[in-house]
Amino acid sequence: MTYLHNIGAYFLMIVEMFRKPTKWSVMKKLIFKDIDDLIIGSLGIIAFISFFVGGVITIQTALNINNPLIPKYLVGFATKQSIILEFAPTFTSIIMAGKVGSFITSSIGTMRVTEQIDALEVMGINSLNYLVLPKTIALFLYPFAIAIGMFLGILGGMAACVFGGYTSLEDYVLGIQTDFEAFHIIYSFIKTFVFAFLLATIPSFHGYYMKGGALEVGKASTTSFVWTSVVIILINYILTDMMLGS
Amino acid sequence: MIEVKNLHKSFSGVEVLKGISTNFEKGKTNLIIGQSGSGKTVFLKCLLGLFNYEEGSIAYDGKIFSQLTEDEKRNLRAEIGMVFQGSALFDSMTIAENVMFPLQMFADQSKSEMEDRVDFVLKRVNLDNAHNKMPSEASGGMQKRVAIARAIVNNPKYLFCDEPNSGLDPKTAIVIDNLIQEITDEYQITTVINSHDMNSVMEIGEKIVFLKDGLKAWEGSNKTIFKTDNEVVTDFVYSSELMKKVRQMYIEEKQ
Ligand SMILES: Nc1ncnc2c1ncn2[C@@H]1O[C@H](COP(=O)(O)OP(=O)(O)OP(=O)(O)O)[C@@H](O)[C@H]1O
Ligand SMILES: [Mg+2]
Repeated sequence: MTYLHNIGAYFLMIVEMFRKPTKWSVMKKLIFKDIDDLIIGSLGIIAFISFFVGGVITIQTALNINNPLIPKYLVGFATKQSIILEFAPTFTSIIMAGKVGSFITSSIGTMRVTEQIDALEVMGINSLNYLVLPKTIALFLYPFAIAIGMFLGILGGMAACVFGGYTSLEDYVLGIQTDFEAFHIIYSFIKTFVFAFLLATIPSFHGYYMKGGALEVGKASTTSFVWTSVVIILINYILTDMMLGS
Repeated sequence: MIEVKNLHKSFSGVEVLKGISTNFEKGKTNLIIGQSGSGKTVFLKCLLGLFNYEEGSIAYDGKIFSQLTEDEKRNLRAEIGMVFQGSALFDSMTIAENVMFPLQMFADQSKSEMEDRVDFVLKRVNLDNAHNKMPSEASGGMQKRVAIARAIVNNPKYLFCDEPNSGLDPKTAIVIDNLIQEITDEYQITTVINSHDMNSVMEIGEKIVFLKDGLKAWEGSNKTIFKTDNEVVTDFVYSSELMKKVRQMYIEEKQ
């Protein structure tokens, strides 16, 4: 029952977010600040994780296909597929649910417990529009961060191949070019857009509607991480089935 | 004028406000006094619509708040200034930005006009040199004064202050009281102040509502509060040794 109630409240929040918009001059500043906090601030960790996980995927694949009948370029192909289809969009988003998500929940939650949200409301400001919309818009740039992650992941795989001596550079590059399907990229970015929206709104929901004090802010961040990850995984399954399944 | 009729509010079955009716007049400083936990903050938050209440009605100059649409409520609130008990400053903004915030959101002024206005109100609360400090770098009393500056910067029609001078030294407390009274009179604001400070009661209690256990136990002004026989009120008013002495002297003088 409370689940249903929360799902309803979540959708009402999204509708409310667009009512009585904040002045554009103010909103613009908020959006830029959130781009800085949420996107630019995450590039480092996304780059780091993508590069090294790309390397690991390559090594694992190379070690598992030691059958001489299987062509060497398959290592590059497998790395490319796993990074573009799953690793960059989905797993990076789970990590971002931890980083960006808990940041959003705790910053909005702190504003709730210190009555800053009440102060906004008393001034006649739509606090959902003021707090949540700029974060949602800022996260529209999230796919760019994921694109960088994809590129660095494939690059990391390449570095692992060449320096670890698993396959030659030519074979790896050939693998990347093999069976290139533009639709896979489209599928991947549609997922990323949906995840970006979830990454902005689910943690905001948990911060905005929390009750209690500083202790509860911490609890809300944890709950928010769990729910954001669960929903991302479920939506990932549904989207994949819809778009790639036959 | 704000009219409150038969206001009931409870939290998970426990009734905190048990039917309060009163009026707050325009151009007057209306005080709500009562012990800690008597429901002053809850009452104020009901007035502002931050809490839903089970029963009763609140009318702002004839407009019944609960009957307004969301947008009408927001437009009304743009004319309200509120000082929260815990200040509620935006901690990501400097003091000057906090004070400028309501202007940026609602006023059509140029940047320099807004800056002048911010300087002006900060001066009125005795804070000339704190523009660029963050709220976390300011003392509790300074934060209170910033909150007051933020509440009055946009010339509100209604001003609500939840213990505006708790945590301030006696001298600053009087400055703040006088400031609130001055602007209330000057701009004909409907001002409602929560307090348990006897100094404020004497200085600015043009109308006083005494709350006890969720009920209005007494209503009057600073002229009548020292003459009343209502035991609940005298208990509260003469709880300190100082006030007891003042009363003693007053009685002796009369004899
Ligand atoms: N959000 C809430 N949930 C549950 N109970 C609450 C809530 N807010 C206030 N109360 C209860 O309502 C009663 C009145 O609290 P209120 O904060 O109005 O007191 P107050 O008169 O403002 O006291 P003080 O002078 O200490 O600020 C208290 O018993 C408090 O426990
Ligand atoms: Mg209080």
